[in-house]
Amino acid sequence: MDVLYTPRIDDPDGFYAELLDAHEGLKEAESHALNARLVLVLSNVVGDRNVLRASLALAKKAGSSGR
Amino acid sequence: MVDVRYETAFTLYPYQRSEDQDVDAPVRHPVVIVGGGPVGMAMALDLGQKGVPCVVLDDHDGVGVGSRAICFAKRTLEICDRLGAGDPMVDLGVVWNVGKVFREDRQIYDFNLLPEEGHKRPAFINLQQPYFEKFLVERIRVAQAEGAPIEIRGKNAVLSVESHADHVLLEVGSPDGPYKIESNYLIACDGARSPVRGMLGHDFTGRIFEDNFLICDVKMEAEFPTERWFWFDPPFNPGQSVLLHKQPDDIWRIDFQLGWDIDREAVVQPEYYMPKVQAMLGEGVEFEPEWVSVYTFQCMSMDQYRYGPVFFAGDSAHQVSPFGARGCNGGMQDVDNLAWKLAAVYHGEADARLLDTYNEERKHGADENILNSSRTTDFMTPKTAIAKLFRESVLDLVEHTNAMRPLVNSGRLSLPCVYDGSSLNGPDDNRMPVRTRVGSTLVDAPVNGGWLMDQVGNYFIVLAVNCEIQIEGLQVLRLDADPMVTERYLGDLLQAVYLIRPDQIIAARWEIASAADVISALQVAKGG
Repeated sequence: MDVLYTPRIDDPDGFYAELLDAHEGLKEAESHALNARLVLVLSNVVGDRNVLRASLALAKKAGSSGR
Repeated sequence: MVDVRYETAFTLYPYQRSEDQDVDAPVRHPVVIVGGGPVGMAMALDLGQKGVPCVVLDDHDGVGVGSRAICFAKRTLEICDRLGAGDPMVDLGVVWNVGKVFREDRQIYDFNLLPEEGHKRPAFINLQQPYFEKFLVERIRVAQAEGAPIEIRGKNAVLSVESHADHVLLEVGSPDGPYKIESNYLIACDGARSPVRGMLGHDFTGRIFEDNFLICDVKMEAEFPTERWFWFDPPFNPGQSVLLHKQPDDIWRIDFQLGWDIDREAVVQPEYYMPKVQAMLGEGVEFEPEWVSVYTFQCMSMDQYRYGPVFFAGDSAHQVSPFGARGCNGGMQDVDNLAWKLAAVYHGEADARLLDTYNEERKHGADENILNSSRTTDFMTPKTAIAKLFRESVLDLVEHTNAMRPLVNSGRLSLPCVYDGSSLNGPDDNRMPVRTRVGSTLVDAPVNGGWLMDQVGNYFIVLAVNCEIQIEGLQVLRLDADPMVTERYLGDLLQAVYLIRPDQIIAARWEIASAADVISALQVAKGG
């Protein structure tokens, strides 16, 4: 699934900074909650169930592989 | 003697001594139904009207008190129409379309389930279960007068069951003492705690959700609108959910979620629930408690719904958590599925192997009901911290974007399953609409000056949409391709032939079919 394995974000450093900024000053629980809301918002943007399923699998796999 | 397990709302079939009690050798019946609830009575009505003699054994002599099931879906109403019992239900039932969802002290959104046009029946009605059962029994009385071979035996409790290869032997308790009867087939419609299932030693397994709900049905003449209101975490039930909706006779159903560690005796005491209800309805609102009960969510199922001559239908076979209205509605689909098959075998029109497809098809339906019901429960009762986090996140977002509304799950509309992949399915044509694919329930439409659903059912029939076909021994219903029929039955095609089962399920469809094609599909639909 190309969309999962192709860089697509404009100005990646800028995005990364905005992501961290969004969490600035939040307690850990608040950060987790923000992430959860973000997952839901972005999932709706993606919409396609196949892409969502593959995204879940990729995220899960990346977290379980050896470093 | 027969134990009294509950109080009855209506006494409908007082005990009468049967001739079976005065003979030495047990009398053999074609079909015995155990349990006179909605599923058992509908089963008797369906079988009896198809000329299959059946005896209903109920350990009470009427309908139990308490609203219990209150939401009857469109499919159930269509089945009741086919049985001739739909009108009084819909006449008395409450129809609602507007739902409101609240969180804490505020409304977060509302919705209007605008019904799709071109259906005789609404998506669902609210009606207390005792009425539903009473209307079925009243219809049985009419059918009996017309000659339907149905017998209801009140205060008859099954004491033991012996299952043999081709019949069962029952010992039945009555006010005059025990007696024995035999039956070629036994249908256990005796509820979630099914004594028959227990006597035969079959398992009933699944998931028990760690949550309890308190049902308070209250009578009040307040000016509440006829809407479904659902609360997450309201001030009058902190951290839990609450559901309010209306039934006939100014009765309102209130479901309070209580959580896991509760005192089941204490919560059904007025000291506990009266202040809770008052806080919810508002100070000064007058109400009378009508029926109060506490229950734990469970999703359970038997491995199989048929063991030799014994069939299980309704809650005895499968139990779902109530949010989503898939308990009684699911049971009515069991009736719909089994009655015509048993009748076809009884009348020698189909081989007995047709009966095996009851398990195949209804297991599929029950799995879907359990899946839907479990998903609702998982949303309402998050089991882990992360599940709770996502649930709260959905609710946080829904006040800001409509996009999250579909994820809010406070119970889904009960829809019949599609028998995709059933061994009774014949040819399909994927150029035609998906909603009327083979295995689906027929979709109603206004046709020939009436409703399609009223013109189809109880026997196999062919729909000739915008074409002509003649098949010996099969009735053909011609439909003109008006815009609604085209949208529901043709799609982009100009004509079609549909074969419809007695339970209004689509058995096969073609753009163009020969009589031989249809006869061949008919054989498949009758079990080969």
